[in-house]
Order: sequence, then structure tokens, then C-alpha cells
Amino acid sequence: MHRTKIKVAEDALDANQTIARANRDDFDREGVRVVNLMSAPGAGKTTLLESSLSELEGLRVGVLEGDVQGSMDADRIAGLHIPVVQLNTDNGFGGECHLDANMVRSAIPDLDLASIDLLVIENIGNLVCPAEFRVGEDTRAMITSVTEGEDKPLKYPLMFRACELVVINKVDLLPHLDFDVDRLLANIETVNPGATTMLVSAKTGEGVDEFRDWLAGVPQRAEAVA
Amino acid sequence: MHELSVSSAIIDTAIKHARGQRVTAIDVRLGRLRQVVPDSLSFYFDIVSRDTPCEGADLRIEHVDSSLRCPACWCEWDPAPPPMATHEEVSADGPPPLPSFRCPTCAEPGEVLTGGELEVESIEISDEVPTPETQLT
Repeated sequence: MHRTKIKVAEDALDANQTIARANRDDFDREGVRVVNLMSAPGAGKTTLLESSLSELEGLRVGVLEGDVQGSMDADRIAGLHIPVVQLNTDNGFGGECHLDANMVRSAIPDLDLASIDLLVIENIGNLVCPAEFRVGEDTRAMITSVTEGEDKPLKYPLMFRACELVVINKVDLLPHLDFDVDRLLANIETVNPGATTMLVSAKTGEGVDEFRDWLAGVPQRAEAVA
Repeated sequence: MHELSVSSAIIDTAIKHARGQRVTAIDVRLGRLRQVVPDSLSFYFDIVSRDTPCEGADLRIEHVDSSLRCPACWCEWDPAPPPMATHEEVSADGPPPLPSFRCPTCAEPGEVLTGGELEVESIEISDEVPTPETQLT
């Protein structure tokens, strides 16, 4: 038996990147800008979308909902008369913990790209895995909530580093919590210098305008780098 | 648990380069800035590689330390957190210093030089004829 060594030097996720670029080309062709929104489970992704997308003027928005099972989140978004497509990752092996480019690709035929300007992809709730997989987005944003602890950027640096925007949600709960916002901001700054941050309560509406403005600015910022 | 997807991706990459031969070893470079758990990767690799040309292959993982470079003063540093301090050390001297992605000298955000790798570096193939069920996946 003869053994031969072959030099490969290829990114293991190269196949995902190729599909992500194909997704991006499809989105670009239709002039759709894409945000990949990530967070831990329960940080308030869907609630923030509900409170911000309902009053987003001048921009036609669509949502792609990623969940292991169920369509609870998609039903909530559909209730606002926003076009939404649900992606479930439950494939009989417990369900993937993240969306990858191929899963998003499988949903593109169900999205009416010609009728939207901005697509928000709500990823699976998870602070680790989604950060490893590009899906064809223009920009990545994440939510961390004040019930999660100030140390999260140090424990999950990859996620916090991957995102251009970090939304700090549930600030209406601050009076009831032993939570140091400045320490959280310093920890975000430590792992992702210069990241945009904003304090928000999706429940009371505090700071939601700022998030809405950020969303409205995605197409222009994406054009600038494209 | 994305190590399941990552191990599948490694296997697909290896098979693509294996010219239809059996793969006996895969060398992977894994940067410390990635959140991929090596033990978990090996565990899933053994499962996912079954009935593929990579079955039984030796998955060799080389760790790549992280290093950043300051775009202003060109100094280089490692933002990896120091080894976990014992409880006694923490209470004696306070918490260990935090990893920072800003230059320790001039505070500019650093550029990642190394540590982001998740790369199939090389594979080793055998000219032993694959059994029919391991020829294709």
C-alpha cells in the first residue's frame, strides 16, 4: 500500500462561502440588502423585529425566520402583514443549531425578492454556531439582553466580533437587575473595537427608533462598500 | 454543536481532493479565534466519516495561536485570554487581564494575522482500492 500526501490548503467552509456568494449575487440582482440577525435564545430578536418593522417607512422589508422547529416566530411577523418565510432546520438529527448558506438558498424561491428592499434573516437562537457561517448577507447584527450578564462578549467573542451592530435589549428591566451597562459596553469594546451599540427595549419602545434608523441605513451602507 | 457541520465540511473537502482514493489522514489547521471544540470535532468526524472514503482516517488538528497587528505602530500581540487562573489567584490579585483586540500601546483596533484558520492543510491518500461502498458518498 502506497500513501501519498496531497497539499490542499483550502478553507473547510469554502463550499459554504461559495453558496453564500451565490445567494449574495441573487440578492444583489434584485437590489435586496440583507441583515443576518443573531442572538442567544430569548434575547428578543422577534420582539425587536415586531416593534421596529411595523413602522419602517419607505423601505419594503421581508423576513426569513430560522428555527429548529415550529412557525411561532413567522406567525408573529406575518401578523404584521410583513412577507415572511419560515426555515426549519429539524432534519431528524436534532436540528441544526445555525443557518448556513445552503439552507438560506433553499428558501430563496419562496421569497419574492422583487417586492422587497431589505431582508432580515433571523438566525437560530445561539451565541456560537451562527457566527461561523456566512449566508450571503451584507451585514451582521446581534442582540444581547441585560438578563444575560455583562461577561458574554468575553465568553462568546466570535459572535460579538462578527457583528457590525450590537443591540442591548430589555433595558426596561435594568432597575430590577444587578447589571452594569458600562461594563458590558467595555467588554464589547474589548473584543470588537468600534462596534456600533445601542440600548433598546423592544417592549417599551425605548431606543427602537435608533434601531429603525440603523435598518433604514443598511442599503446605503451596503451600496457604499459594494 | 456546529462541529457536526464543520466535520462534514472537512470530509467533503478531503474527498474532493482525494482523486477517488481512500483518505488515510487529514491535517487541519484550527485557529484559536474560532469557536470550534477539537474533541467535539473528532467525535463527529468519526461518526460522519462512516461509509465514506474518509472512514478510519486520522484527523490531525494543529492549533494556530492568535496574533494581531496594530495598523499604526506595527506591534503584534496575542489577544487570547491567559490560562484560567485558580480561585486563589483570582482572589489574591483580582481577575486576570482581559483579552483585548485593541493595541496595548496605542489603542488602535488590531488586524487579525493568525488565529482565524479553519483550513484543510493536506490529506494523505492510499492507493489501496476503495471498497465499492466507500467509493462514493
